Amino acid sequence: MNIDSVRNGIVLDHIKAGACMEIYKYLKLDQLDCQVAIIKNAKSSKMGKKDIIKIDSPIDIDLDVLGYIDPDITVDIIKDGHLVEKKHLALPQKLVNVIHCKNPRCITTDEKQLDAIFLLSDPEKRTYRCAYCEAERKSHR
Amino acid sequence: MRHLIDITDLTVEEIDQLIATAEDIMENPAKYQDVAAHKQLATLFFEPSTRTRLSFESAMLGLGGSVLGFSSAASSSTAKGETVTDTVRTVSCYADIIAMRHPKEGAPFAASRRSQVPIINAGDGGHNHPTQTLTDLLTIHRERGSLNNFTIGFCGDLKFGRTVHSLVNALSRYTGIHFVFIAPEELKMPAYINEALRRKGLPYEETESLEDAMPRLDILYMTRVQKERFFNEADYIRLKDTYVLDPAKLQSAKADLCILHPLPRVNEIAVSVDDDPRARYFEQVRCGKFIRMALIMKLLDLKA
Ligand SMILES: [Zn+2]
Repeated sequence: MNIDSVRNGIVLDHIKAGACMEIYKYLKLDQLDCQVAIIKNAKSSKMGKKDIIKIDSPIDIDLDVLGYIDPDITVDIIKDGHLVEKKHLALPQKLVNVIHCKNPRCITTDEKQLDAIFLLSDPEKRTYRCAYCEAERKSHR
Repeated sequence: MRHLIDITDLTVEEIDQLIATAEDIMENPAKYQDVAAHKQLATLFFEPSTRTRLSFESAMLGLGGSVLGFSSAASSSTAKGETVTDTVRTVSCYADIIAMRHPKEGAPFAASRRSQVPIINAGDGGHNHPTQTLTDLLTIHRERGSLNNFTIGFCGDLKFGRTVHSLVNALSRYTGIHFVFIAPEELKMPAYINEALRRKGLPYEETESLEDAMPRLDILYMTRVQKERFFNEADYIRLKDTYVLDPAKLQSAKADLCILHPLPRVNEIAVSVDDDPRARYFEQVRCGKFIRMALIMKLLDLKA
């Protein structure tokens, strides 16, 4: 795979250096059949070093998951070798089944079939609260 | 369809309406004695609380409705491993409204997402207990004539006391209230509650001395200081009597002070205080029934 020439697919850019494997895991990219290129420690004028993930297929990306992990990532949509859209992310208001509650007194730790729901409680501090027990979780960074 | 899971599910206007309805029921109970005829309340108590369950059942019976349910997890199908969601979906085939108590935080919220009928949270672990807060608000309203402009002291375990946190949160939506938090260092109000008051510009003070605070108080809300909250026995013994209300401590109190307690008490209010006209905690229990009647009417959209 020539990593510079995604024809139809997605490029996740401006990933904080070292974070690409975590995103690979959260987005379940290991389950894809298409080519996926992971570039670690690419040079960046803005960030010094950054990671990049290139996916050679126009898959649906869960932007909420990505926004939760790191809202500074940019998502480039490539069609016929051209950049057709650059998506900027935001912290999602609501996360469903992305993170799970760690409060042992919470009903979701007993009944695993319940949707794990978290609501954004403080955008500045990037904190979320469990919709069931209100236990707080911080965003990744 | 509306549920009551957290006190903030209700607007201030809705709480005021509930209080007005409850006060009207107290004045004219006969007017309301049949408004819930042929309606059924299920009390699903996955954890025993006889006091709260009886209050709900008495409320429903007072409206002419009937009640069914269970009073501990051992007597429900949860003992066989059924989920809260399944239990509630089943019961909502029989009942028109459900009051639910559960040891796990968030269980009533989980239930409300799948229920076909309104769910009232009757206490979920150490998390929420909104009908206790409504009870407190009705009692204060009846004692003071309004929910504005008074000094309220909270005494005892302010760190873990969910009724206290919820009441402070509810009162912070009214005006002219001065909060006094009376607790030992170990059981102080959590920082996030104080922070929320600061952000709203509401005045509060913290003290370790009930005697010092007493002369300023219009309302004194007592809570239980539980032994298991302390790291060692010595601290508990040193502190427990400091936060026991007795006639001697009441000598410097205002003549129209109103003493509240969510009950049950252990020893934090001396029995000799019960006959003092300022002791209003049994009136508070009575208010609990009437505010629950008003709440059931609201959630079932019943009119007198
Ligand atoms: Zn939780």
